[in-house]
Amino acid sequence: MSEQPLLTVTIDNITVQVPAGTSILQAARKIGGDVAPPAMCVYSKLEGSGGKCRTCLVEVSKGSEKDPRPMPKLVASCRTNVMDGMEVKNITSPRVTDARAGVVEFLLINHPLDCPICDQAGECHLQDLSYEHGKEGTRYEFQRRTFKQHDLGPYIQLHMTRCILCYRCVYTADQLTNKREHGILDRGDHSEIATLIEKSLENNFIGNVIDVCPVGALTDKTFRFKNRVWFLKPENAHRECPDCCGKVTLWNRGDEVFRVTARKDEWGEVESLADGSTAWICNTCRFEKKKSSDWVIEGPRKISRHSVISQGHYEGKVGTTVPTEIFSAVHGGRNPKLLMDIHSVSEVNRPEIQLSQIAGPSTGNDFTTGKD
Amino acid sequence: MGMKLLLEKAHVEGIRHFEAYRREGGYRSVEKALKEMSPEAIVEEVKKSGLRGRGGAGFPAGMKWSFIAKPEGVPRHLVCNADESEPGTFKDRYLMEFLPHLLLEGLIVSSYALGSHATYIYIRGEYAWIATILETAIAEAKANGMLGNNILGSGFDCEIYVHRGAGAYICGEETALIESLEGKRGNPRIKPPFPAIQGVWMRPTVVNNVETLAAVVPIINMGGEEYAKIGVGKSTGTKLISACGNINKPGVYEIDMTISVEEFIYSDEYCGGIANGKRLKACIPGGSSVPILPANLLLKTAKGETRFMNYESLSDGGFASGSMMGSGGFIVLDEDQCIVKNTYTLARFYRHESCGQCSPCREGTGWMEKILWRLENGEGKETDIDLLWDIQRRIEGNTICPLGDAAAWPVAAAIRHFRDEFEWHVREPQEAKRRNYGLAHYADPIHVPVAG
Amino acid sequence: MHKLLNEQSIPAREYDMVKFSENDLAKVQEIVAHYPDGKQKSALLPVLHLAQDTFGGWLSSETMDYVASLLQIEPIEVYEVATFYSMYHLKPVGKYVFEVCQTGPCMLRGCDDIIQYITQTLGIRAGETTADGLFTLKTVECLGACGYAPMMQLGKYYREHLTKEKVDAIIAECRKTAAEQN
Ligand SMILES: Cc1cc2nc3c(=O)[nH]c(=O)nc-3n(C[C@H](O)[C@H](O)[C@H](O)COP(=O)(O)O)c2cc1C
Ligand code: SF4
Ligand code: SF4
Ligand code: FES
Ligand code: FES
Repeated sequence: MSEQPLLTVTIDNITVQVPAGTSILQAARKIGGDVAPPAMCVYSKLEGSGGKCRTCLVEVSKGSEKDPRPMPKLVASCRTNVMDGMEVKNITSPRVTDARAGVVEFLLINHPLDCPICDQAGECHLQDLSYEHGKEGTRYEFQRRTFKQHDLGPYIQLHMTRCILCYRCVYTADQLTNKREHGILDRGDHSEIATLIEKSLENNFIGNVIDVCPVGALTDKTFRFKNRVWFLKPENAHRECPDCCGKVTLWNRGDEVFRVTARKDEWGEVESLADGSTAWICNTCRFEKKKSSDWVIEGPRKISRHSVISQGHYEGKVGTTVPTEIFSAVHGGRNPKLLMDIHSVSEVNRPEIQLSQIAGPSTGNDFTTGKD
Repeated sequence: MGMKLLLEKAHVEGIRHFEAYRREGGYRSVEKALKEMSPEAIVEEVKKSGLRGRGGAGFPAGMKWSFIAKPEGVPRHLVCNADESEPGTFKDRYLMEFLPHLLLEGLIVSSYALGSHATYIYIRGEYAWIATILETAIAEAKANGMLGNNILGSGFDCEIYVHRGAGAYICGEETALIESLEGKRGNPRIKPPFPAIQGVWMRPTVVNNVETLAAVVPIINMGGEEYAKIGVGKSTGTKLISACGNINKPGVYEIDMTISVEEFIYSDEYCGGIANGKRLKACIPGGSSVPILPANLLLKTAKGETRFMNYESLSDGGFASGSMMGSGGFIVLDEDQCIVKNTYTLARFYRHESCGQCSPCREGTGWMEKILWRLENGEGKETDIDLLWDIQRRIEGNTICPLGDAAAWPVAAAIRHFRDEFEWHVREPQEAKRRNYGLAHYADPIHVPVAG
Repeated sequence: MHKLLNEQSIPAREYDMVKFSENDLAKVQEIVAHYPDGKQKSALLPVLHLAQDTFGGWLSSETMDYVASLLQIEPIEVYEVATFYSMYHLKPVGKYVFEVCQTGPCMLRGCDDIIQYITQTLGIRAGETTADGLFTLKTVECLGACGYAPMMQLGKYYREHLTKEKVDAIIAECRKTAAEQN
């Protein structure tokens, strides 16, 4: 590669150098820690993604060395490129914190508070976001949005009420499969992920939508032990696969494989392989290979979240058996408020309701009618 | 009589057709431009004219044209924005219905200036019959050598196509319009890249409003400098205003931008006063998304000066005490209208029209609508007003496209200026169902602080 | 209004019925020719209008699949678009669709009374169709006729400055045309 001059950008008073064409978000992730804005929709491995959720808004207090004027509006850091000499404020800007709290509230007003029965619990980016940047309680006093149930076939479970319309799954289908069959239908606050006519999604590689979905809207129907991922032990494994790289993470309990996912980096994105391509996995590896003997085990996988550059203590080792410890470990030492003390923040998750008797997908309504 | 540059001939018999239009002096600017002027010279004239975009944002047209990228071998396109969906705005429709050839004339000259050989008119789908009028006019112009190959022997080729939308206000936003023209959902694009660099089919594209492009005709005919002499300050030329609501003579008026708001509302030449002998309560002077003003701040600025119908004067005082020219949709409310209800219908409109891509607009517009419904129906709470304020504040400026702002501003302005009417709805819900709040103090002379 | 298809409630139709005539196919070709080569997807909105006008006033999934095949795009691309724009009907509608505007400027001029009057006269609420299949009432947002309020769209044209008398006349006119056509 030819030598490209590096650009200098300062984010929350920390300066880094990055190549031209780097987004503010990527630069901030280089610094890591709290300097990296939360990002719910952008996915660096999916072309065209980003700009939609608005959680990554930052303030540009100096445009560049050449044109030092500040940008009047907050900008989406995932879709704004760094200029030489740019100065950015993320958590040091009260405007940003305020706007972000607003965005989090907007994302949550129609989101069901069903974390206790959601497959994504413990891995959900919205859950992280809400206790890092949100406020307790809700000011929303109306019925949460509901959708007609939509069946996507034997592999993928759709819970539309949880979707935050990040469009990642649409880009995934466009860019990884040879034929996109689902998309965003309707518009505005009625928009939904659907196939219009119920159709089972079975395109090879479509399973990756499960890994890119930041929330529990698209989950793995073949996952045999739902809801409580922190009881499982993640291990790196591989197999000789004719269709994909075959490099996966297995989620085991004892010798049993409960779930197969792609390998994800500290930002929750599917990892890059040594050759620079992305370690997407095919449907066969994900859905059909559920025996230990199908795989060559490489060893336990360290699940890290957020960058380790600025704070070297994200050593969360998953594999011990005490749930609470694992939980804080995978969350970089933080105690998740929503899960640990659900009743104080949720109006629907009342203790008298038997969670185990609810057949998902659940909505706020399930809790009022107590359907079984 | 105000000066007319666009609508002067609107009621000449047969003007909708080429023959009469040509007889009345139409297509002179095409002859002049294609035979005597270079594309750059036209851009220069438009710059000199000071013409500002008539679609709402008021961006100088000549400057916009000079930004278009000209990469070798890549076609460029001009797209005329005839989506006209902002509540209160119906001026482009009038122009296209009565003077289709005026628009075509402007389009041909502008296409020549920008080097667009395929120019599109994106018209809102509901204006189905106007699409037919335009298509007829295009066929006539083509038959008479004004479109097609080698127009008037100049060597310039140009086709104009009409593209009908299908019901979506958001497609008036230029990047959503481009997506829609490509046969997609009307989701605004995330900028950059800007359309001038990568627009429709990733080619350099200029999007202008119908009225903007029609105004190119008088500019070329009279020269940019002469055009700039009409009007005042940066509000040059004439402006079409579509007036509606509780006035005696709703309709489309061409004004030169030197008349006062008061004259516009009360003179017989224009709105003819408030209907049914009632009093003026409030007005949204530039299409539903601009701030609503109570009567007193509408007619006079906060400094106590007369307010005029032009870009600068209408926005005098900023959002604290002023509004905007916007798209020229002038909506008048009489003393018996309810501000809360009016705001509710607008909030419902924006919720309905949000594309749903970004979370503040998708979720916030629906939330505001629900709260306003509750207030209007006597179920509101005292805290709702502050909550509304907070929601709009957090939508504004934080979205992908300006629809978020457009949804936030009407709510903000209604609370800013009519807060006591909102509070009354909360305090007297039963009463509020029976009658309206009325004029109250909204037309009282404003106290002007003495300078010093 | 939720616009997704409810497949069960719609009588199955023959796929073969959804086919443009030679004449209409020529129109499609002409529309496609407005756009650069390979950009035939741009013709989607106009072709959907044509399809809706031709195949019973609404877009069934067969119709949308047919349009997709004509334009050589995936069916989901058509569904995404058809559900986005408010002018496409994804459920059968009456022969005459009254689309009455209810936004601010029309509200100021009394559209609520007109909507209520239509509701009473036809015995249907917004979103419903009369039992004889003749009329559908829809409330819509600003149609760009605010100065001529109250107003509605009926087919290709607008009916403006509505009064109760005018509404009566329009209903009678529709009934008459329908009777003559039968
Ligand atoms: C939500 C939204 C709706 C808009 N609708 C219209 C419209 O209907 N007609 C229009 O000319 N411009 C509309 N605009 C403005 C366009 O984005 C664009 O600025 C304009 O077409 C540029 O033309 P002009 O410079 O000639 O005004 C809209 C903008 C937004 C954000
Ligand atoms: S289903 Fe998941 S990935 Fe798809 S748009 Fe919704 S949140 Fe994003
Ligand atoms: S602001 Fe509203 S209309 Fe604009 S992109 Fe966002 S959701 Fe769509
Ligand atoms: S991550 Fe940047 S807007 Fe969603
Ligand atoms: S508000 Fe009804 S047409 Fe504009």
